[in-house]
Amino acid sequence: MKIFTSISPRPIRVVSGLLFLFASASIQAQGLDTLIQRVSADTSTSMLNMDAVYNRPFLTVEKMPVALGGYLEANTLYQSEAGVSEGLSFQARRLTIFMSASINKRIKFLSEMEFEDGTKEIGIEFAALDVSFHPALNFRGGIIMNPIGAFNQNHDGPKWEFVERPDVAVNLLPATWSNAGFGVYGKTYKGDWILGYEAYLTNGFNNNIIDNEASKTFLPAAKENERRFEESSNGQPLLTGKVSIKNRKIGEIGLSYMGGVYNKFEEDGLTLDEKRRVDVVAIDWNTTMQKTGTYIVGELVYTWVDVPSTYTQQFGSKQKGVFIDVVQPILKKSIFDWDNATLNLAARFDYVDWNLGTFKETNADIGDVLWAITPAISFRPSSQTVFRLNYRYQWQKDLLNNAPAKSASWLFGFSSYF
Amino acid sequence: MKYIFPLLSILMFLLQSCELTTPAAPQENELLDGPLEGLSMEQQTQFLRGDIAFNDDIFTVEKGLGPIFVSNSCGSCHAGDGKGNPFITFTRFGQNDTTGNHFLEQGGPQLQHKAIPGYQPERIPSGASSSDLLAPAVTGLGFLDAVSDADLIALSDPDDVDGDGISGRPHWNNIRDYVAPRPNTITKNGKYLSRFGKKGAAYDLLDQTANAYNQDMGITSLFEPLDPYSGLEEDPEVNTQTVNDVVTYLKMLKAPLPRNQDDTQVKAGKLIFSQIQCAACHTPTLQTGHSPIEALANQAFHPYTDLLLHDMGPELDDGYTEGYALTAEWKTPPLWGLGLSADAQGGSYFLLHDGRARSIEEAILMHGGEAEQAKQGYVELAETEKQQLLKFLESL
Ligand code: HEC
Ligand code: HEC
Repeated sequence: MKIFTSISPRPIRVVSGLLFLFASASIQAQGLDTLIQRVSADTSTSMLNMDAVYNRPFLTVEKMPVALGGYLEANTLYQSEAGVSEGLSFQARRLTIFMSASINKRIKFLSEMEFEDGTKEIGIEFAALDVSFHPALNFRGGIIMNPIGAFNQNHDGPKWEFVERPDVAVNLLPATWSNAGFGVYGKTYKGDWILGYEAYLTNGFNNNIIDNEASKTFLPAAKENERRFEESSNGQPLLTGKVSIKNRKIGEIGLSYMGGVYNKFEEDGLTLDEKRRVDVVAIDWNTTMQKTGTYIVGELVYTWVDVPSTYTQQFGSKQKGVFIDVVQPILKKSIFDWDNATLNLAARFDYVDWNLGTFKETNADIGDVLWAITPAISFRPSSQTVFRLNYRYQWQKDLLNNAPAKSASWLFGFSSYF
Repeated sequence: MKYIFPLLSILMFLLQSCELTTPAAPQENELLDGPLEGLSMEQQTQFLRGDIAFNDDIFTVEKGLGPIFVSNSCGSCHAGDGKGNPFITFTRFGQNDTTGNHFLEQGGPQLQHKAIPGYQPERIPSGASSSDLLAPAVTGLGFLDAVSDADLIALSDPDDVDGDGISGRPHWNNIRDYVAPRPNTITKNGKYLSRFGKKGAAYDLLDQTANAYNQDMGITSLFEPLDPYSGLEEDPEVNTQTVNDVVTYLKMLKAPLPRNQDDTQVKAGKLIFSQIQCAACHTPTLQTGHSPIEALANQAFHPYTDLLLHDMGPELDDGYTEGYALTAEWKTPPLWGLGLSADAQGGSYFLLHDGRARSIEEAILMHGGEAEQAKQGYVELAETEKQQLLKFLESL
């Protein structure tokens, strides 16, 4: 069986080449601008965070059943810690391509392929079939993004004013965390209120979360397991569920849970270890203040991991993290002949503690904690393209809670849908 | 158009200010770690390789960690190249005289009290005496390594001929077969002058490093091929090149630099240090001999140790020992870098072999045996003199 995550670039090239041929052939037959239509993202207030996968701009060619889209992001980085700098580097972070198809009015397909850091990591982040029975009952199966917190499902670069992804999302949770599995979701409306839910069973974590070179309990380490799309590491499904409630005038709040047995406790009928669980709870929120246009988004995450008591305390059994972004548009007008350009001031607060608790021997607080603030200026010539200048100042404490190592970085880059 | 100029000037200003907006470098003498001055480019490259292996190379199950172990990287115990913290001390057991370790069959000498998931760690067998050991700082070890055997023998006074109550003696021990004796090494009845480890039982840094990989992390090498769990020979889990890089890294770590040397209190404290006999064991100045690393060769340096064994009295006697040391005997630890220790230990001091002393003063007051007289000297100091001595110790 083929491993999905490490597909070589070749098949993608073939597929996109074919699509291009197909598309250009029909384009030549007719006029270009009448054919290609830009379906922009739905900005209506009935959207929840869970709709993020479909809430993207797509290009469609008339009568073609397929819509294409994607985004590209790149930046420069100047970083320095304790007076030592690695100098300036240029980073081509991500190229992501979406392809969606309406197979039938109520059967849709969407996939998202991502190339990270050039071709270092190539992955299918999402590839699922959605079948709608009722707005409140839809089936989704394939490679899905687990609905834990908000960022995981809503991670497109152009939607954010910051070059870096939130620490809690990528260094505590494993965003983008997608897995093979299936489940149901739905929404109902009443007046200004929207209620949404999602529940999926997928493959999940493995021993890497407490056995990795980060030397800490690290959920993202499970992504090293390239076989997780092929089979479960232990035959125990991971349950991910979320409920969100939104008031069109106030904002949205989501409560999500993800949990299951992570370790390989038996193989071929032989017992290798006890069953050990990982459980994650997240709360996310987003709101736009009507008076000032201020946009606030964030998520708070707690994790509990059953680490064997005879293992080392470097691997914590409780973790928490949070991020909050505040974005304030300060100019909204025609700038450089861009009709609807916006200039924003923004700030992010990041906090992650990978090891809550105290050392058995000394009762002293265990460190392994990071916090950072990132003021930012972003310029959006149109809503789908963002240029952003970020300054990030970070404090990071080692396991023993020694005085924090301070580092600062300047990041300048763009992210744009295409 | 009107935005272009302000925007560009903001950008230019920000680019200019990169240097201003990044955290400043700490003073060199506030940092324990870092390379020796005067290394060649080749040596700096090797230092970097060793640095990565020592600090960043985390062992996982796949890379060979355990099955039983104490920790997963050198740097986890020697954080920032400094002293350890009690959460990661290890225990050795099973030997209480010079007839060797009688618990080798039951996992001795080192207790691997951690295990990878699905395995059970070791426990101390009943009847075995044991000692907890806190990781020492590893800075400046190249200098200590380059002192000639003859110099150390000259410092020793095993029979206390000078009658000062202090009788430091070299630890004459057997060496492992992969260890190459120093040029001009001196032997006594086929035994070699060993100088590393708290009991001074390890001859050199290769011995110490290969043994650390094996006993602290369960990592086998060509030097130490036996797995501590199975007792069987295994394929090397760390390659010889890496072990050598780490040894060279340890040799090329700079010596900790003192601070506030012109402070009058510090100067007064330094005098007191000698007057009350502290310097009889914590020898202020040693001399390196020949070294293939030029930056280390033929230099005077100030570690405040004689690298010799001293009987420290019953309070510090855990009933456990190594090689030919007695249970009450400990090697004088260097005092350089003492004032920076807490910075790597989570903000407060853990001193003496197992971290039992929570301040410099407590460490002094726990001295006994050959150091009884020096301790009394300290107790009898006037309060201001005590402060001067402590200021001096903190300046190291
Ligand atoms: C589990 C914690 C731990 C780990 C891991 C560890 N050490 Fe140590 N280290 C210690 C302790 C404790 C001592 C004191 C041991 C003794 O007295 O023999 C020590 C002693 C040393 C010494 C002797 C210093 C002196 O002044 O005599 C050196 C050198 C050293 N370690 C290097 C290493 C290297 C290299 C590694 C990795 C390959 C390593 N250590 C891994 C805890 C550790
Ligand atoms: C007889 C030799 C001797 C004399 C004299 C002596 N010391 Fe020590 N000192 C030692 C030894 C050996 C140890 C380590 C004991 C242990 O680890 O249990 C030590 C440990 C220390 C430590 C703790 C170092 C560490 O890294 O944990 C300090 C501080 C210290 N001595 C200061 C002094 C002062 C100050 C004096 C004078 C009042 C003094 N010593 C006199 C032998 C001596």
